[in-house]
Amino acid sequence: MAARGPAGTRGGSTRFAQFKLVLLGESAVGKSSLVLRFVKDQFDDFRESTIGAAFLTQTISLDDNTTVKFEIWDTAGQERYKSLAPMYYRNANCAVVVYDITQASSLDKAKQWVKELQRQANENIIIALAGNKLDLVTSHPDKRAIQTADAEAYAREAGLLFFETSAKTSENVRELFTSIAKKLPLDQAGPRNPRAGGRGGVELRSETPGTNANGPCAC
Amino acid sequence: MDEIAPEYDVVVLGTGLTECVLSGVLSVKGKKVLHIDRNDHYGGEAASVNIEALFKKYGNYNKGEEPWKKYGRVNDWNIDLVPKLLMSSGELTNILVSTDVTRYLEFRQVAGSYVQQYSGAKAAVAKVPSDAGEALRSSLMGIFEKRRMKSFIEWIGTFNEEDSASHKGLNINTCTMKDVYDKFGLETGTRDFIGHAMALYQTDDYLTEKGRAPEAIERIRLYGNSVSRYGKSPYIYPLYGLGELPQGFARLSAIYGGTYMLNTNIDEIIYEGSKAVGIKATMQDRGGEEPMKFTTKAKKILADPSYFPGKVQVTGHVLKAICILNHPLAGTDNSDSCQLIIPQSQVGRNHDIYIAVVSSAHSVCPKGYYIAIVSTIAETTANHHLELAPGFERLGKIEEKFMGPPIPLYEPLESGVNDNIFISKSYDATSHFETTTDDVKDIYRRAEGHELVVEGLREGTNLVGDDN
Repeated sequence: MAARGPAGTRGGSTRFAQFKLVLLGESAVGKSSLVLRFVKDQFDDFRESTIGAAFLTQTISLDDNTTVKFEIWDTAGQERYKSLAPMYYRNANCAVVVYDITQASSLDKAKQWVKELQRQANENIIIALAGNKLDLVTSHPDKRAIQTADAEAYAREAGLLFFETSAKTSENVRELFTSIAKKLPLDQAGPRNPRAGGRGGVELRSETPGTNANGPCAC
Repeated sequence: MDEIAPEYDVVVLGTGLTECVLSGVLSVKGKKVLHIDRNDHYGGEAASVNIEALFKKYGNYNKGEEPWKKYGRVNDWNIDLVPKLLMSSGELTNILVSTDVTRYLEFRQVAGSYVQQYSGAKAAVAKVPSDAGEALRSSLMGIFEKRRMKSFIEWIGTFNEEDSASHKGLNINTCTMKDVYDKFGLETGTRDFIGHAMALYQTDDYLTEKGRAPEAIERIRLYGNSVSRYGKSPYIYPLYGLGELPQGFARLSAIYGGTYMLNTNIDEIIYEGSKAVGIKATMQDRGGEEPMKFTTKAKKILADPSYFPGKVQVTGHVLKAICILNHPLAGTDNSDSCQLIIPQSQVGRNHDIYIAVVSSAHSVCPKGYYIAIVSTIAETTANHHLELAPGFERLGKIEEKFMGPPIPLYEPLESGVNDNIFISKSYDATSHFETTTDDVKDIYRRAEGHELVVEGLREGTNLVGDDN
């Protein structure tokens, strides 16, 4: 279920917090692939553009008693014609902005997405910049179009976490998400439960046939 | 990357709730959907807007002034343009659950449902009883009437249209609802709140039209089931406003492969003979890039009425005033949200006046504010403010009032079978979305040639990583 902001419960000495993470970046830079590597440890060389990477969650244990659960929102292709809804950014705690280190223009697009995040999302959102497709450069260094130092300098200036990653080989994928988890405000776990816990909140479920459909009116 | 496919199964125009539910459902069923809106935001007439956008939409301020600045951060406001609430056991709730769109939304109860008795200085606001205990304490009825009400409500619970033994000796398919009330000896005032605050009829036509008793009974039952689902009131409401609903269904469509384009004008509908077969369109404002013109074929076109003004007719006009308050409504137990119905008979009208109130509890405005929308169906061609006056009387001090001209209600002239263009109806004056989901199902039936079955909609569909 959709988490809205940090929600923590502390039982004894363990803590558990849930955060919404959104993905951004130009089409075909490997946003879904990064997440599939992180969540399922899978990679598919011939993935079509996003269909149905609906809703993924993954948990990271930072230490023996700290667990962070990411609830990951994929763009579902709605970034293609700049049609992402405000709902997408709403209450996002962290974001991974992805570019393709073999495509020069994709870093410029990533910078635009960072601006968009700063405009639409929470002020204190944690943003990581990921230069994906590192595997292509490892085997063919001439394919690199964006120098590590350039991207790193931009990330430092803009206050972003920065990694070069490969969804294909899984290089730096776990490190990327772990470093985000470490930066999240675990101690400010908000009072609001992500689901149905708050005052008057309701969880919608299907009605069990027979319990209500023809039952007596409640009046 | 920027290429639009040469052909789509369905091109949908307008991102109102009706259109977004349809494109969501059609995408889940494997149709290739292109969904376009001329606006730069989702929701069309069913959007929620911030307070600056609301002032600008209504234009009720002097040039050079920025009155929204005294209301805090503009983006803390999500003000609905259509005053509606969701019935907890209604069809929209069922669709939300069966499509898992609930994953993207968070709902809260509406705190109470109220009804006005009498008018002017005698006007009194009472809670619509939500259970037997409330019915017995209710100020709406005297002691003997409460017993009659109790036996009526118990009968509603056991009524079965197929079983004539449960029909109290009435010929249920030919009698009137008045006959049913007579059978239980219910007083006029009780009939008023049952018919208007529970069955949610906006006029008294249902009372005397033969054969409408089963429908009225079904509506009372929907009310009762909705109340019993979460208690307190029959209504729920999404955090951040109703505008979240179309966004949620648009996301569903996109996840199943739907393509979304906002800020895109339809330049031309391409016809072959009498049938629409495609569109020419231009996507504007590409962040410094040139507008993108494109042409694509469409097996069908679904659209809201604004895209085909020549193919729709006006069936009535709704009056609506959006009011900003800094206090709850008097007589509603300081509820953070409510519906208050003023039945037409109490104020000498033919149509009820509705007031829907939501507040910061639903993340639609900063703390301390309340958004109240007063609405009714227009009965005069002037004096619209006067028609809503009994509603304004219930609001007390009003900080801001946004009221435009009467809003026309449109419906399509034809079914769409002849021209391949399937047009939705405007959002009507009812307080909930039951007629909206009726329209969704009607359009689906017209366009697809079979009934939309909501239950189990996503079963058998394979999504990447859709396992939690």
